[in-house]
Amino acid sequence: MDIFLQQLVNGIVLGAIYALVALGYTMVYGILGLINFAHGEVVMIGAMVALAVIQVLVGSGVPLPGPLIAAVGLAAAIPVCMALGYAIERIAYRPLRQAPRLAALITAIGVSIVLQNAAMIVWGRQYHSFPALLPATPHHFAGATVNDLQLFIVALAALIMAGLLWLVHRTRLGRAMRATSQNPEVAGLMGVNVNTVISLTFVIGSALAAVAGIMVAAYYGVAHYFMGFMLGLKAFTAAVLGGIGNIAGAMLGGLLLGMIESFGAGYIGPLTGGFLGSHYQDVFAFLVLILVLVFRPSGLLGERVSDRT
Amino acid sequence: MIRVSVTGAGLSLALTLLLTACGQQSPSSGGVIRIGQVSPLTGPQAHLGKDNDNGARLAVEEMNARGLTIGGVKVKFELVSEDDQADPKTGTIVAQKLVDAKVAGVIGHLNSGTTIPASKIYHDAGIPQVSPSATNPKYTLQGYKGAFRVMANDVQQGKTLGEFALAKLGAKKIAIIDDRTAYGQGLADEFEKAAKAGGAAIVGREYTNDRSTDFRAILTSVKGRQPDLVFFGGMDAQAGPMAAQMRSLGIKARLLGGDGAQSQEFIKLAGAAAEGTVASSPGLPLDKMPGGKSFADRYSAKYGQIQIYAPYAYDAAMTLMEAMVKANSTVPAKYLPELAKTSRQGVSGPIAFDDKGDLKSGPITLYIVKGGKWNALETVGGTAAAAGKK
Amino acid sequence: MASSDGLPFTVHRSLFTGYGKGDTVIYISDRWQRWRRDPRVVWTVYITLAALLVVLPFVTDWALGRSWVRIAAFALLYIMLALGLNIVVGYAGLLDLGYVAFFAVGAYCYALLASPHFGLHLPFWLLLPLGAVVTCIFGVLLGAPTLRLRGDYLAIVTLGFGEIIRIFLNNLDAPVNITNGPQGVNLIDPIRVGEFSLAQTHSFLGFTFPVVYNYYYLFLLLTLAVVFVSLRLEDSRIGRAWVAIREDEVAAAAMGINTRNVKLLAFAMGASFGGVAGGLFAGFQGLVSPESFTIIESIMILCMVVLGGMGHIPGVILGAVLLVVLPEALRYLGPLQQALFGRVLADPAELRLLVFGLALILVMLLRPSGLWPSTVRQRELAAGAAESGRA
Repeated sequence: MDIFLQQLVNGIVLGAIYALVALGYTMVYGILGLINFAHGEVVMIGAMVALAVIQVLVGSGVPLPGPLIAAVGLAAAIPVCMALGYAIERIAYRPLRQAPRLAALITAIGVSIVLQNAAMIVWGRQYHSFPALLPATPHHFAGATVNDLQLFIVALAALIMAGLLWLVHRTRLGRAMRATSQNPEVAGLMGVNVNTVISLTFVIGSALAAVAGIMVAAYYGVAHYFMGFMLGLKAFTAAVLGGIGNIAGAMLGGLLLGMIESFGAGYIGPLTGGFLGSHYQDVFAFLVLILVLVFRPSGLLGERVSDRT
Repeated sequence: MIRVSVTGAGLSLALTLLLTACGQQSPSSGGVIRIGQVSPLTGPQAHLGKDNDNGARLAVEEMNARGLTIGGVKVKFELVSEDDQADPKTGTIVAQKLVDAKVAGVIGHLNSGTTIPASKIYHDAGIPQVSPSATNPKYTLQGYKGAFRVMANDVQQGKTLGEFALAKLGAKKIAIIDDRTAYGQGLADEFEKAAKAGGAAIVGREYTNDRSTDFRAILTSVKGRQPDLVFFGGMDAQAGPMAAQMRSLGIKARLLGGDGAQSQEFIKLAGAAAEGTVASSPGLPLDKMPGGKSFADRYSAKYGQIQIYAPYAYDAAMTLMEAMVKANSTVPAKYLPELAKTSRQGVSGPIAFDDKGDLKSGPITLYIVKGGKWNALETVGGTAAAAGKK
Repeated sequence: MASSDGLPFTVHRSLFTGYGKGDTVIYISDRWQRWRRDPRVVWTVYITLAALLVVLPFVTDWALGRSWVRIAAFALLYIMLALGLNIVVGYAGLLDLGYVAFFAVGAYCYALLASPHFGLHLPFWLLLPLGAVVTCIFGVLLGAPTLRLRGDYLAIVTLGFGEIIRIFLNNLDAPVNITNGPQGVNLIDPIRVGEFSLAQTHSFLGFTFPVVYNYYYLFLLLTLAVVFVSLRLEDSRIGRAWVAIREDEVAAAAMGINTRNVKLLAFAMGASFGGVAGGLFAGFQGLVSPESFTIIESIMILCMVVLGGMGHIPGVILGAVLLVVLPEALRYLGPLQQALFGRVLADPAELRLLVFGLALILVMLLRPSGLWPSTVRQRELAAGAAESGRA
């Protein structure tokens, strides 16, 4: 029973990681209705750029405290990702706003392939180790272990979610975003510069991606040019679980997915008497997802849209 | 009105131009001998594929530097490297491509899943194939005379690891994790058999997949059973984070791995948690092999750090080319018997093939991480060991 | 509108077309249109096309090498898969991101029943229909929970389903060994009709037919059958019901269409094509393993359908052929650079997929409704663009 608490901790932290990435996904979907497949790759690029800067700093022997180096890495990664997000939106998505939805999906896939291979060419094929910069002092309680880094990640995810909610519901820009997501034409008539709002949404989403990238790389200690793919897919699943387009939903979906995976991996074996094991954890996660969607077709917190496609 | 779009015409023109380049294969001039190399050069295993490519390339360059003459003609070897993306379909297409290009031999592929379908194509064309890293036993059970491998079978490695764990590491309660790939699962199953036979208790069997980086859930399960040894069948890219997460969860057990974990990458990725990890690798330690240390130096000078299989790819290439030299012919039918009779010292260990094409029972060395580096612990088996039990 | 200068074509800079703003098109006069509809001409074209397809293996083998015959055979398999997905995505408008699961089920069906694994060696003329039936059942199983889902929720569920199938195939080797796990099923029987095995070189009328050719012809026959079935479905009541659901599900239901059954039928029929293709794949390759059936495959098949022209059979065929041929053609970036620049500037293995991704983006930007969309959809797209008045 004492592993239950540890599994819970594992689940929440893993969930916070998924939530960090899912928040960016959901922002873009909320505005454009587009599954931005390239988001996972932007996360990866954020991690790789931060790593490159950090390696230079660490290699130069300058005696700076770890968290400061990480912050410098972050400060370098965020503008790069923002510029990248802006470029992707302008070049690949804006011309296709009137096109069938699937066209933009295919373009997103193309962008994702290009980013992956560009990263492979620039940073090489090997796995890069991310230096342990952030404090990870463990705390023990009731048989479970949590360390500072894990707490930080959970807190960060919650903070970002709160920040996004404030942005979307309490600022002018947020109002413009909500208006654009409901009806771009009328929003334009009301004086909202739709193109700017959409670009800003992408830019903010990409900045979030950079943060997510550096946290993922710091937490697992690895950065690799292929890391964005699975992460993006899991984040997409999390966003859908919570109701895609809904910010609180992304956080909830992320946390739930993390916990489902943790508990699934931990308990499938004992529950099925050894017939199934932890190799079915993804199956378990997807089955829960399907079950949720059967009863709530728009995700947990998604609004019930009318039946018009 | 019919409209013909100019963009459509333009695109088709570009494609045609590309396809016409396809026809331009440089004709096989007098002394150029082409050797094929296939491995995944893109995708998640690209770092391993490129490693193979580099190893083979180094071998080819060294052979060319010797200025050889085969059958009275001065020859120059050329490596034709292709990307199979670790996808069995692409593997067969690439295999056919190499056959069309009339290569004299093939080094590859990296994954068993691509090596096996491709071996059929090479066999039908009579081209010998030496794989540096395919470990699925079925590869050599197909009855193809031209299929060889220079990597020890997982059966031997798993058994050695199991016996070592019980005898030398004193493990009584063992937890086993594998990554559900053909390699990881095969190795873990053999280890489990050997460990059970020795009387150890397997307290847990957990699984992950080859893309995961988060193992906390399964490790927590494992922790609950309090093992004194955790065995991982899988690659270094995951073994590293796994070791780190084990320590952060407070699992004191030792980590034991196979050749997939026995690399520099593992130590880098695991950081301080790597200390005390034991892993095996077929063959002898590189610095004990004749020419082994200089191989490591030459490789690092040109290509950087060895990932895992470069020494095997190097050996595969060298074995192939030396068989040609011995037979004084680059015609596959003529040098194949020499290849089958190979008995030489490679940089990864002694190379000799049994009648199926498997590497004859070679030594397996166990290493331990001490002070942030791999140190050779013990070498098990060798030329005295019984020829493989299949 | 014949051109005044007597030439059969004029060049016109088009302001508004279904293709895209500012696209340059060449107009060809009416004489060509009338000639195009002449039945004798149509038949000549079909017969020439058939002759070309029959002669294709010989020509490609001679011109480009036998690997390209293999690529052609795979292209035919992918055409079948793309046409299957076309039913689900193109006709019925249901975004399916896990289509490769059906391919996997069909392949494993064949593999398990025609190999040393269980010791069964059923003939292929029994196994292919059996595979189709089994995949149909899986299609219905997939469709059932998704009936109330829209758009991207449907996408995620189908993606999940694809992954579930792959994970089961990868792990069902304990406690009972059903699928042999990650090692896959090996030594699958090649396709045989009585004494005539496709896995042997045959001679006929003085021509030699190597193994690849035999499989090519079998695939060609089955692909033509699949195309035929697709064409008939397109024009049938069911096909129109699918289009109705795609355009407006509420209106379709109001018109008396049983949306639930029609959607399930879409999944089932689409799946069956995948099952047949899977069985053929297993016989062709001799080894099936779960690593052939990843999400990336599903995504590629979706790209083929959308890139070619969703819902339009010639477009889908074009998309499939293009996306199979392009990555292989891009392997020649090495020799191309050699020919153009005298030396290799960038490693072709690294460039290959990069250029492929760029090609995807470019094609979708230039032709958002696909390379060869149906004229109906083009008009709809153009009308939609004109209506909303935005560029």
